[in-house]
Amino acid sequence: MNNLVDVAIQYGPTLFDGLKVSLTLTLLSLAFGLPLGLVFSFGVTARNKTFRYLSVFFVEVGRGAPALVLLQLMYYGLPNAEITLSSMASACLALTWTTAAYSAELIRGGIQSVPPGEVEGSHALGMSYRDCLRFVVIPQGLRIALPSLMGFAVLLFQATSLAYSVAVPELMSQAYSIGSSTFQYLPVFIIAGLLYAGISIPATWLSVFAERMLSRHL
Amino acid sequence: MEMLRAIAIGLPLTVLVTILALMIGTVVALPIVAGLRSRNRLVWLMSRGLVDLLRGIPPVVWLFILYYGVSIGAIRLTALQAGVLGLGVVAAAYLAEIFRGAISSIPKGQWEASSALGFHRATVWSLIIGPQTARAVVPAYTTFAIGLLKDSSIASSIGVAEIVFMSSQYARQSGEGIMVFFVAAGVYILLSVPLGLLSRHLDIKMRKAVAR
Repeated sequence: MNNLVDVAIQYGPTLFDGLKVSLTLTLLSLAFGLPLGLVFSFGVTARNKTFRYLSVFFVEVGRGAPALVLLQLMYYGLPNAEITLSSMASACLALTWTTAAYSAELIRGGIQSVPPGEVEGSHALGMSYRDCLRFVVIPQGLRIALPSLMGFAVLLFQATSLAYSVAVPELMSQAYSIGSSTFQYLPVFIIAGLLYAGISIPATWLSVFAERMLSRHL
Repeated sequence: MEMLRAIAIGLPLTVLVTILALMIGTVVALPIVAGLRSRNRLVWLMSRGLVDLLRGIPPVVWLFILYYGVSIGAIRLTALQAGVLGLGVVAAAYLAEIFRGAISSIPKGQWEASSALGFHRATVWSLIIGPQTARAVVPAYTTFAIGLLKDSSIASSIGVAEIVFMSSQYARQSGEGIMVFFVAAGVYILLSVPLGLLSRHLDIKMRKAVAR
């Protein structure tokens, strides 16, 4: 127990820097992945064949392959195609892919549960197809999808711990390097675990709360 | 060819880790569900805390704790043991939530009718609530199993020589990284197809057994 406190005091700042990198990676992947997911959610049912096949490919591979495979593909694979990215950029690219694929399905589910009467109503009011999507369907669909998107964001935050395998200096790799230089593996990993839990458990509560708030009128 | 061989060598371990972790998870989930349904506040709080902690910490961290951190006397877990155990206990927490949801989806009338007919608690669970829960649980259970198949790749981080470990080793040796990881991704997708089909088959069969 004393050991745990000592390690926390001595290496806390380093671990905290790692946590900041983990959070940055999560936010960047969400910032790029969610808009892409919205595009793919329309892409998988689009009439244009190239757009549809491309969307289906990205969604199916992004959901079907483990995040670890995508991470390593970007980091060890892309240099073969003469594209060499930094570890942070490749991790960001891989997790953006995962985010886009999963959120495409979640958003599609949300949009499909918008009652058809809403679309009929906007037709009756003479709204163009684009305005109907922009002002009626997408806002409601996103609101329905919001709790599950928040749940996914928590899983994504946990998945950033895999980015240590491509040398991103996030929480897990900081913990590992402290562990291997001091042999204090157990206390360091316990503190890292508590830092992860300290963010993901309250975030999960927040998503449950959001679900309750948004389904209050039902 | 070398590339396919590397992936083929990793395949059995991926399947083994997934199946063993799923078995451990299913067995350990049962007492946790009992705890989550308990009317004793203390027991409930402890099970709730356990589930939140297991789910709140990423699987990699659990594997690292078990592999690098745990030593009982002179005994240390092997990579495979730590991988299976770590993924198994995390799976237990997720499965406990799935089971709890399925049990609470059984209509209250079923409980009331069985106690009105004077059935013994064991009979209620084995003949009335149990079978209905099993039916309700199948879709979520198989979805989780497919997720676990992908999460088994995390065991590569502590050196279990499964698909991702072998592919990454091959990529570094041969310098052809793109193909090998796409093939590995394809193998994971192919592996999850039969699981999905099995789920649909079971679902249809169980629906027939109930015959509404």
